[in-house]
Amino acid sequence: MEYFIQQLINGISVGSIYALIALGYTMVYGIIKLINFAHGDVFMVGSFIGLYSAKFLANAGLPPVLVLLLSLIIAMTMSSLLGITIERLAYKPLRKSTRIAALITAIGVSFLLEYVAVLILGPQAKGFPDIMEKKQYQLFGTSIQVDSNQVMILITTIVLMIILQYIVRYTKTGKAMRAVSFDMEAARLMGINVDRTISATFAIGSALAAAAGVIFGMTYNSVDPLMGVMPGLKAFVAAVLGGIGSIPGALVGGLLLGTVETEISSLGYSSWRDGVAFAVLILILIFKPSGLFGKNVREKV
Amino acid sequence: MLTVQGINVYYGAIHALKDLSIQVNQGEIVTLIGANGAGKSTLLKTLSGLLKPKTGSIEFLGKSITNQSVQAIVKQGLIHCPEGRRVFANMSVEENLELGAYLQDGKSLAADFERVYSMFPRLLERKKQQAGTLSGGEQQMLAMGRAIMGHPKLLLLDEPSMGLAPLLVQDIFKIIQEVNAAGTTVLLVEQNAHQALKIAHRAYVLETGRVVLEGDASELADSEEIKMAYLGH
Repeated sequence: MEYFIQQLINGISVGSIYALIALGYTMVYGIIKLINFAHGDVFMVGSFIGLYSAKFLANAGLPPVLVLLLSLIIAMTMSSLLGITIERLAYKPLRKSTRIAALITAIGVSFLLEYVAVLILGPQAKGFPDIMEKKQYQLFGTSIQVDSNQVMILITTIVLMIILQYIVRYTKTGKAMRAVSFDMEAARLMGINVDRTISATFAIGSALAAAAGVIFGMTYNSVDPLMGVMPGLKAFVAAVLGGIGSIPGALVGGLLLGTVETEISSLGYSSWRDGVAFAVLILILIFKPSGLFGKNVREKV
Repeated sequence: MLTVQGINVYYGAIHALKDLSIQVNQGEIVTLIGANGAGKSTLLKTLSGLLKPKTGSIEFLGKSITNQSVQAIVKQGLIHCPEGRRVFANMSVEENLELGAYLQDGKSLAADFERVYSMFPRLLERKKQQAGTLSGGEQQMLAMGRAIMGHPKLLLLDEPSMGLAPLLVQDIFKIIQEVNAAGTTVLLVEQNAHQALKIAHRAYVLETGRVVLEGDASELADSEEIKMAYLGH
């Protein structure tokens, strides 16, 4: 039992990373019905920005908490700009084209980011600096262990979720985002600037992916230009599992997928881990394509 | 107030509006009547900027809005309440109204809410409810309330009585008259020509993208031609 709970705790850490990335997929899909396959690579870029900011700030002698906080902020800000740029240059010109054209473009953008990163940074993995010393904690006198990094992941994820929830529910931009994703034409008739609202969505999604990138770097201590591929695909599975377009769905989907993966690994089938994730995708697509939280929508004709 | 001159609008290959001209004066209720596919909704969409005319010009309050963005047109007080209500079903009544005031600076928000709620007390009762759970009539009230939140100088109403019970239709038409009496000019598209001609000052009859008849609403209501074609007797 304790072993199971231990794995559950580990699973929540992995799942938080998936969930943060999945949110970007789901929000962008919600608003322009595009699976942004370049999203995993924004996560990678965010991770690298986090790495270099953390190195720089640690060398400058800042205390670890501040290094973490500032690296997160820098990575998130710069990645949102990247997200906005990608949307403006690659997707916006295709807004009136078929969905498949935009999808193929997204795959192209994904390769572009990956191999530009290889060109600039080299293909080798780079070590992510230890921003904070890892400490182990024993939980309530049991053998269950929690390390400081897992606590950091949990706190970061919860804080970001609260901020996201606040933005989407209560700010003008958030309300505009919900309106545009529900009915773009009606939203335009309210005087909502649809282009700017779509940009805001990309900015928020990319910022969350960058946060996931920094957390990922701190957890696995190694980042490379192709690191975004697998987590990107897994987060896509998580978004579909939760119901693409649904924000709570992405969160639950991510946590669920992370937990399932970790439990599978802990049972000794770690080589099956990725297979199980994609089997989940196939099963969801067969039995409940709208996902756990998705609504069945009829195509408008 | 609004002058449309010789506009031609295309939906892909379909020539939807042909050399169409209309005029709306300050303070009027003008109605557009005509069969399905005559181009009434297309005209409203062109006025609000959702569609762009290939040729011709649209002038609003003395300024050309022919090639302006929807947002810029809304900002000048030309507000389009679309066919089929199009409320944001996943959001509360209150949030829908708030979105109607999206371009307002927020200073008059409280007063605007009060005005709309006094016009539509049902909406006040249901302000925290999701718009998708409202009845058809309530959704129509919400759609109109939402448009009014944007301080319209000219309000375009597309089929506000569509699919509503007769009693509700009466209410809706009464409200249109009230809105007009309070100083908002109204351009009304209606299938219910009988009712529309009753409250309107002037009317245009559209057929396959052209204006075929225009005049005082009361005169048109009495004309044999209109009675035959649109009033069903």
